Amino acid sequence: MVFALSRQSAAPNVVPAAVSDLDLWDVHRAMLRVRRFEELAAQGYAAGKVGGFLHLAIGEEAVCVGASHVLAPHDHLLTHYRDHGWALVRGLEARRCMAELYGKATGVSGGRGGSMHFADARRRMWGGYAIVGGHLTLATGLAWAAKVQEPGTIACVVFGEGASNIGEFHEAANLAATWNLPILFLCENNGFGMGTRSERAAAVPDVARRAAAYGMPAWQVDGMDVADVVAGMREACAFVRSGEGPAILEAHTYRFRGHSMADPELYRDKKEVEVMRQRDPLAQVTATLRGIDATRVDEITAEVEAEMQAAVEFAETSPYPDVSTLEQGIVARHDGLSR
Amino acid sequence: MTTLAAPTRTTTLRDAIRDTLRGEMQRDPRVVLLGEDIGSYGGSYAVTRGLVEEFGTERVRDTPIAESAIVGAAVGAAMGGLRPVAELMTTNFALVAIDQIVNHAAKLRHMFGDQFGAPVVIRMVNGWGQLAATHSQSFDAWFAHVPGLHVVAPSTPSDAAGLLRNAMRGEDPVVFIEHSRQYSQKGAAPDDSDHVVPFGKARLVRPGRDVTLVAWSYCVPMAEAAADRLAADGIDAEVLDLRSLRPLDRDALVDSVRRTHRVVCVEESWRSFGVGAEVAATLQDLAFDELDAPVARVAAREVPMPYSKPLEAACLPAVDDIVAAVKAQIS
Repeated sequence: MVFALSRQSAAPNVVPAAVSDLDLWDVHRAMLRVRRFEELAAQGYAAGKVGGFLHLAIGEEAVCVGASHVLAPHDHLLTHYRDHGWALVRGLEARRCMAELYGKATGVSGGRGGSMHFADARRRMWGGYAIVGGHLTLATGLAWAAKVQEPGTIACVVFGEGASNIGEFHEAANLAATWNLPILFLCENNGFGMGTRSERAAAVPDVARRAAAYGMPAWQVDGMDVADVVAGMREACAFVRSGEGPAILEAHTYRFRGHSMADPELYRDKKEVEVMRQRDPLAQVTATLRGIDATRVDEITAEVEAEMQAAVEFAETSPYPDVSTLEQGIVARHDGLSR
Repeated sequence: MTTLAAPTRTTTLRDAIRDTLRGEMQRDPRVVLLGEDIGSYGGSYAVTRGLVEEFGTERVRDTPIAESAIVGAAVGAAMGGLRPVAELMTTNFALVAIDQIVNHAAKLRHMFGDQFGAPVVIRMVNGWGQLAATHSQSFDAWFAHVPGLHVVAPSTPSDAAGLLRNAMRGEDPVVFIEHSRQYSQKGAAPDDSDHVVPFGKARLVRPGRDVTLVAWSYCVPMAEAAADRLAADGIDAEVLDLRSLRPLDRDALVDSVRRTHRVVCVEESWRSFGVGAEVAATLQDLAFDELDAPVARVAAREVPMPYSKPLEAACLPAVDDIVAAVKAQIS
């Protein structure tokens, strides 16, 4: 059920989610790839092969899979640090993503970024960003460049509801609306800013309602339901792509795992997690498809498993970056002259 | 031997910056300007006056008073293929945008494996003038501390044009530091639309044998004035304009100390952890045996800048201080 908020923020209008052309087999494969990638990443972390922070999005897969179904390849994409799924559905190779987690030279960011900084400039996946809210103003710049150079292209910036309380969110939203920029602010609202429930951190926890302050329309969707995400994205992206200005899409979702691997989850009741697990987007789609063709589900599962095991093997066997390359790629040229 | 000098014209530092912005905007349609009141107002220091009339509001964009958004939008636009020059009204306001400058502009190229950079110029203005504690600061050393940034600060119209052009044609973020008290300073600048000054090259302002005065930005004319005074006392001071703080021209520092064996570094910001400290450490590392005296530092007093005129004057380094530092070193 998609809720649309007008620019003046009246009570939300309910828009029936009408998505009949969604290929559930594609959706299933995409969500399974993200899920298995992250489960194997967690194993690598537990084994001490993946370092740093590892933020898993298990439970939230419907948002990145549904949104990417609607975004065009030429659209700009920036995300927060919970970026594995966004990178995979954007087309970054699983094996190079896994290699990045392992800190290997073959990683998508050459082993310089790690879990929070997957990027592929050729796919206009401009990266995962780890300073909460910091990438929101970058997105306004990408949207500005798109508006000037290639009308019809939009910038989609993904952020958590926790980022909507920091100043850069408001600076970005105000600039985007003032300059009429083609930008979709896509909020993955998983209910927690790290371990603080959003009701305790935000005067108005529904991020979509904040759109009215900037004269933007907004959509709210069920982020545990791919079809709902797709339906809302189609409306929101059509609005932004038409040149009418920015918009907010808020997907209510839930992460089944902790904020990061280091999270003991003292702040929420395990029963709440169990209840939400009943709405696991992957399990729902898998159950539906098993009713149609269980053999095919098994085949896809085996294919994804083979791909992800190969990704781990690739990461394990890839070389570390040579320390002699340490100071490369900090600036293009020391003297500032063009290459 | 006769050398053919490029034709020059006399201009002010303000006009040199404006003419360079204009020339690069004519040359490259990707160049855009953004900042607070840079359009119809003409810029707080009138640097961008007339440009919005010439290039329109799409290329000369007034922004909200929101420095994070100014720098963030500039960096994002650079990622997206534009060539933005952001103006921050003063250096003090850059602190509001420090996340964008340090965590984003400086990091993107390396953190994402050298896939893309942020070719953005961030112009900011140092200065003072009874503006009190939050409007009289310079953070040159802060920015020069950060790998991934270029930090330059011209002291002449010629260098302003050449450094800015290099910044605008480069591939990386540049913190371009101007000084409010130098905009009307006149000088000769090459009449050349391709005049470029590479980063990391200091300028020998005047050669000398007895002591090197290291300075940049507004402190260069002070060092020159001090050198004139010292000459009257028979002390031959060399003046070296760093021009570029990151990268720092360590070779030029070493070459100079080999000639003079004494160094006084003049800076307008607080002494502790400043550029002068880096200069001293550099010379200790690379030219310890050449030094006849410890490197001296002339810097601002370590207090938040007060409003009252005599108190403000007491905070700032002055020509007298430079002369005294040199004489103390030589005696």
